[in-house]
Amino acid sequence: MSEQRAALIEQTISTAEEAERARNLERIWAEPKGFIGWFKAVHHTTIGKRYMVTAFAFFLAGGLLAGAMRLQLAFPESHLMSPDLYNQIFTMHGSIMMFLFAVPMMFEALAVYFVPLMVGTRNIAFPRLNAFSYYLFLFGGLMLFAFFFVNSGPDRGWFAYVPLSGPDYGAGKRADIWAQLITFTEVSALAVAVEVIVTVFKLRAPGMSLNRIPIFVWGQVVVAFMVIFAMPGVVVSSTMLLLDRTASTQFFNPAVGGDVLLFQHLFWWFGHPEVYIIFLPGTAIVSTIVATFSRRHVFGYMALVLSLIATGFVAFGLWVHHMFATGIPQMSEAFFTAASMMIAIPAGAQIFCWLATIVTGKPVLKTPMWWVLGFFFVFIIGGMTGIFVASVPVDLQVHDTYFVVAHFHYVLIGGAVFPLFGAFAYWFPKITGRMLSERIGMWSFWLFTIGFNITFFPMHILGLRGMPRRVYTYPADAGWTVLNQIQSCGYLLLFAGVSLFLWNVWTSLRRGEAAPPNPWQAGGLEWATDSPPRAYNFLNLPTVNGSEALWDALPDQPVISGLHEDVREIVTTRIHDAEPDGRDELPEPSIWPFIAAVVTTALFIGSIFRPIAVSIGAIPLAIALIGWFWPTREESERRRRRDIWQKS
Amino acid sequence: MIFSFISPMFPGHQTPLSPVGPQARHIEHNLLLIFSITSIVYVIVIAVLAYGVVRNHAREGFVPHTLVEDPEIERKATWIVGAALGLTIILLLVMMVSSFYTSHSTAVLAQAQAIKIDVYGHQWWWEVEYPINEQPYRMVRTANEIHVPVGAVVTIHATSRDVIHSFWAPNIHGKKDLLPGYENDLTIQVDQPGTWRGQCAEFCGLQHAHMAFDIVAQSREDFDRWYEQQLSPAPEPASSQAIHGREVFLTHACVMCHTIRGTTAGATVGPDLTHLASRSMIAAGTLKNTRGNLAGWISNAQSIKPGVRMPPNPMPSSDLNDLLAYLETLR
Amino acid sequence: MRPMLVSILLLGSLLTGCKREQRVFDPGAAGSQPANGTVLSEVAAGQQPPKGNQPNPIAESAYAVAEGKRFYQAYNCVGCHANGGGAIGPALMDSEWIYGSSLEQIHSTIVQGRPNGMPSYAGKIPDYQVWEIAAYVRSMSGQLPSDVAPSRSDHMPMVVPEQSRPQEHPGAEHPQPVVSEPSR
Repeated sequence: MSEQRAALIEQTISTAEEAERARNLERIWAEPKGFIGWFKAVHHTTIGKRYMVTAFAFFLAGGLLAGAMRLQLAFPESHLMSPDLYNQIFTMHGSIMMFLFAVPMMFEALAVYFVPLMVGTRNIAFPRLNAFSYYLFLFGGLMLFAFFFVNSGPDRGWFAYVPLSGPDYGAGKRADIWAQLITFTEVSALAVAVEVIVTVFKLRAPGMSLNRIPIFVWGQVVVAFMVIFAMPGVVVSSTMLLLDRTASTQFFNPAVGGDVLLFQHLFWWFGHPEVYIIFLPGTAIVSTIVATFSRRHVFGYMALVLSLIATGFVAFGLWVHHMFATGIPQMSEAFFTAASMMIAIPAGAQIFCWLATIVTGKPVLKTPMWWVLGFFFVFIIGGMTGIFVASVPVDLQVHDTYFVVAHFHYVLIGGAVFPLFGAFAYWFPKITGRMLSERIGMWSFWLFTIGFNITFFPMHILGLRGMPRRVYTYPADAGWTVLNQIQSCGYLLLFAGVSLFLWNVWTSLRRGEAAPPNPWQAGGLEWATDSPPRAYNFLNLPTVNGSEALWDALPDQPVISGLHEDVREIVTTRIHDAEPDGRDELPEPSIWPFIAAVVTTALFIGSIFRPIAVSIGAIPLAIALIGWFWPTREESERRRRRDIWQKS
Repeated sequence: MIFSFISPMFPGHQTPLSPVGPQARHIEHNLLLIFSITSIVYVIVIAVLAYGVVRNHAREGFVPHTLVEDPEIERKATWIVGAALGLTIILLLVMMVSSFYTSHSTAVLAQAQAIKIDVYGHQWWWEVEYPINEQPYRMVRTANEIHVPVGAVVTIHATSRDVIHSFWAPNIHGKKDLLPGYENDLTIQVDQPGTWRGQCAEFCGLQHAHMAFDIVAQSREDFDRWYEQQLSPAPEPASSQAIHGREVFLTHACVMCHTIRGTTAGATVGPDLTHLASRSMIAAGTLKNTRGNLAGWISNAQSIKPGVRMPPNPMPSSDLNDLLAYLETLR
Repeated sequence: MRPMLVSILLLGSLLTGCKREQRVFDPGAAGSQPANGTVLSEVAAGQQPPKGNQPNPIAESAYAVAEGKRFYQAYNCVGCHANGGGAIGPALMDSEWIYGSSLEQIHSTIVQGRPNGMPSYAGKIPDYQVWEIAAYVRSMSGQLPSDVAPSRSDHMPMVVPEQSRPQEHPGAEHPQPVVSEPSR
């Protein structure tokens, strides 16, 4: 029945006139061809796919580094690696996973690809900025690896506390490279945050009022706001670190009134919300998959949205629980304990709502749903151990031990990677037009889940037996050997699980079953278009009548007509009720974002070696930006004629 | 009951679950309370999930989605979810109050009569000073081994000489960071005689893994005896071997970094060696203090603890033997 | 072809990072011998000594130079030379070099000692540490690249950090005659 009801907004080409329009739109929205064209692309599906592939490649690299660590720790007093190399490897692992995989994948990649589709528009807002942000992210990651291969990988831990990373104790350029890696990823995340917020607030399909926005999109909007408020903290701290190191400022020099704790406050002001920046998209994925596979609207839509927003707020009140051992006054410790426990309330509300959805629905057990069940099993353990570290006295014992390592791997892998693999299984048909193999998918799920628990569960026990984190080796008589060896074996299963997933992707891409537009009979707008989506996303821009657009569509659900189809025109809507309030033109593909990214990269890397590079690099950057925004006469006149004044 | 079940799984001299001081004991109780509550909640949540999946899952594949959910079921579900949330809040409050209570109980030791010990973190060893009664001539300086009387309240007054370290002896108390530019106090009490191992818990560079210390709790008499003995300068060597060993010490690189009170060696870069032979470990808890280990450590510390500030000291074996003979007299 | 050439050049320039970041912990048997200044004569002082057992990357390794800086403080070079400005001993951050400014010459100066107050550290400081100190001493007058020379320390700032000092151009060495009596 739903197929008939949504017939209008599901994008079928039946008449000759529609075929003509489709050809026309294809011509206007097509990505440029050829080698140079590759660098000009601005469509959100293109950039989103690149984000996914790049971030996943970094995930694999970070995973291999983890394997190296597990090899080193498999034996006590091992001399396989020098402490120098081990420190670089664990720092690289942490920095890659946090800055080059988790945030770019959970937020940037998924938001860029899916948010415009889910809100029913033709491209993301500020598409050129989007391309720019991708290249910066890519170049930042490549820079890190290039320096790692010449023995300059950061070696101060992923939060690089001063003074260890400061000028006096961090000789060489390793810590500078870490600080600039942060700058790269910051700029790209901030750019995407702005695009996502504008896309969701101004480009939603008519009818998608605030209470009908899909939960996935809500999650990404909350994350975008968190990015905007959290990232400045780390921008400031890493820049102060860089200035201390290269320009001899004294921000963190206690001898002249500088403060080593200032760095920690600034860093964790970002660092704690960062965890939720990674985890909220995971919960948003879970809400989506749970609803689709339980065959009902998600239970407690309003509660879920409010939980997302509440998490976003409370996340900024917890940063001190990373610093309980630094000797802050008891009163503030109590405050941050209370805040840390408070965040369990919205998290609990979300979990109960999903449970209610599953229990009152008709769950279908396909791979995406299995990954979500794995998420429950694993993530809740991480949430529970979160209460241990929220309690000051217990935290004083488990802080900086393997217990904490176990805790955040359960939270981050459970809360982000499990939903992410679920998301891959769920949206792979949409992105590629091919179905993944269920059979191989189940194998990789079970291998990954079992391997994960074997690798990380014993870490809780290790931590309670007193093993601190970030040690490159440990004494043979400490009683930690067997548990470490079990973990190292678990890594092999994890490795096999991820390898099988890659094999599944590879074979499915080559000879997988072709995917219909809506293989899961889901309700989101992204399923209303072809798999993979066309260059213009929707033949007819849709309108919306409920939080699951396809399920809730009226029999005569209208579509939008009357847009000019000779340029990249889209409709803009009002923030709260999504009533149409104007038209806008999105820009054409352009090489300038790429050039600007190259110049910015040179500027950032140069500033590692000479502070003056910032001033010199600003000149070509200004030229690149002028090229980027240079108006053409034809375009200006058209805009004037059609009453479109904004220039995006 | 839970205590007797859990604790045997965590034997040893470096674990929070085998406490030997009042604070670690309070913390262990708090930890086990949180552990019990969270475990029960976890089991219930997973059981509900399993029940929902097993009972309801669609064997025939995708059924058409529900258009309008049954209001009766929705109302019931809302009540249950609300109740679960309320229960969550209550349990969180319980755990929060117990945390506050534990924080309070670990902070009430009488600091007024406490023995004060200064601990300075170095890359990668611990400098320990006993400024008892603030009398400079009664001050004892040692390294990597902290002696305390059993049952006495001791305040560790900690700061760092270089980067951030963290002082952590899990059987006794939680950790406290040593921050350059800050001074932190940690008041402890050890109720059981013995040697309890602690380790640096904040990543501090190359040899963070090898930066341990021992807390030696002994009876008041033993402690006083130890203290008096530490106060004395190094004894004059008796044997000719040891006399030559001292020559070796004073003419080689050793003298550039180490102090032996009673000789001309007075550098403060490395640990004070005046009573080296009285300590049970060398190299910040890395090796047992045996003649062989000491010989290896002197000859090439870099192969044992790469990056440590102690340089390799190749010397003729006769010199090394004499040096060891001298160092063994430093009781 | 050209992009490949460019990328090879770029990679080559990156490889300098290898040396800069090298950390040699165990300098090996030869390098770890206590420095023994056996050649100690007025005639030889300041001359270019034969290139000996200098562990190679020391003057190019930021880590080694930073270690040199730490030893410079720890072994109390500061006591006479202050932070490079000189006090009892000559200044080390200017272009005046009495016994030569090359790494080998500084090494000899430290090992052998020099007339008028510079003691010999032969047998006291391991050879590789002498090289590290020598490399650091060179950085004090801006002789090392700024990505190798140390940045500011976590102390009261006394002098411009080594990495931002202008490079001095020391002239030929001019050994001083031995003064038999302390001058007044």
